[in-house]
Amino acid sequence: MKLTFAQKMLWAAAALALIAFAALAWTGGLRASGTGEATQEAFRPEFRLEDAATRPVTSEDFRGRYQLVFFGFTNCPDVCPTTLSEVAQVMDGLGSEADRVQPLFISVDPERDAGAELAEFTSAFHPSILGLAGSPEATQAAAESFKVFFAREDDAAAPDGYSMAHASALYLIGPDGDWLRQYAYGMPAADILADLQNRL
Amino acid sequence: MKLPVAAVLAFALSAGFVQAEPVRQGDLEIDAAWARASIGSSRPGAAYFTVRNLGDEADRLTGLSSPVSAMPMLHETTLSEGISRMAHVEAAEIPAGGELTLEPGGMHVMLMELTTPLKEGATFPLTLTFEAGGEITVEVPVFGPGATGPAE
Repeated sequence: MKLTFAQKMLWAAAALALIAFAALAWTGGLRASGTGEATQEAFRPEFRLEDAATRPVTSEDFRGRYQLVFFGFTNCPDVCPTTLSEVAQVMDGLGSEADRVQPLFISVDPERDAGAELAEFTSAFHPSILGLAGSPEATQAAAESFKVFFAREDDAAAPDGYSMAHASALYLIGPDGDWLRQYAYGMPAADILADLQNRL
Repeated sequence: MKLPVAAVLAFALSAGFVQAEPVRQGDLEIDAAWARASIGSSRPGAAYFTVRNLGDEADRLTGLSSPVSAMPMLHETTLSEGISRMAHVEAAEIPAGGELTLEPGGMHVMLMELTTPLKEGATFPLTLTFEAGGEITVEVPVFGPGATGPAE
């Protein structure tokens, strides 16, 4: 079969469209899920938020230490306590090396989570967990820098009529600020601890 | 041999407290009920249990009530591509001869508008309404805020 010039151009256009679509799906998927560790290029998440006492806290403050970061919200009774209790087990398991790891809880619901509310929540799980919140813009910027998805979802059957969909993994940031890996939701605390101990 | 009465008593008390006895009514058995301590009373609590259907007909869990919550609801956490979401579940089926398990990361009772904080070590009554089986009340023990299962 001999293709006419127009047919060749059409096939070429179709192939290009397919490549463009695949690239979009790949980067879009990465952004939406925050997964894809194998293909992830090194990046440095950055944030400018506030602690429970409204003191400014930035990503630069933790250089020299590992950071174990979780995005969540305090009106989350199921997934967030499960993960934070795992973080607590990991911190206890680290023993004397615990001061080399800073667990951070970044609120994706700053409207409800600020100040004492945040401290009350994080301290219920472990005294070392630092709760951070910021303006909606600062929260969005922090999540984007971690390539983390979150969204407010209206739900009449939730407190205040809304809930937050959010990435539920834990993220490990290295002492130089580089994103190292994620620990998927449900990964046993013992496995996270073993991975951390290998790095310390 | 002298019986260590105090030890036996302490064990019986703690065992009774840690693991609530299954409650059987008709064809339904409610087991392993537990809740997480709430952090204050402004944030929702979560409770979990297992329902076994020992009968030949499916039944449905259609309602919940408790004096500790003005708005208890059945919710399900779903995890898709690393994103967790919560959705209200109107009713949950318990197949004939099967069971319905509520557990962290899955289906749970979301106890909203708490009338009192759920304190570790306390218990509270939770009434489940079933389409065929009627109402069954269980006493739910409250574990720590970071508890992950009924066998704390």
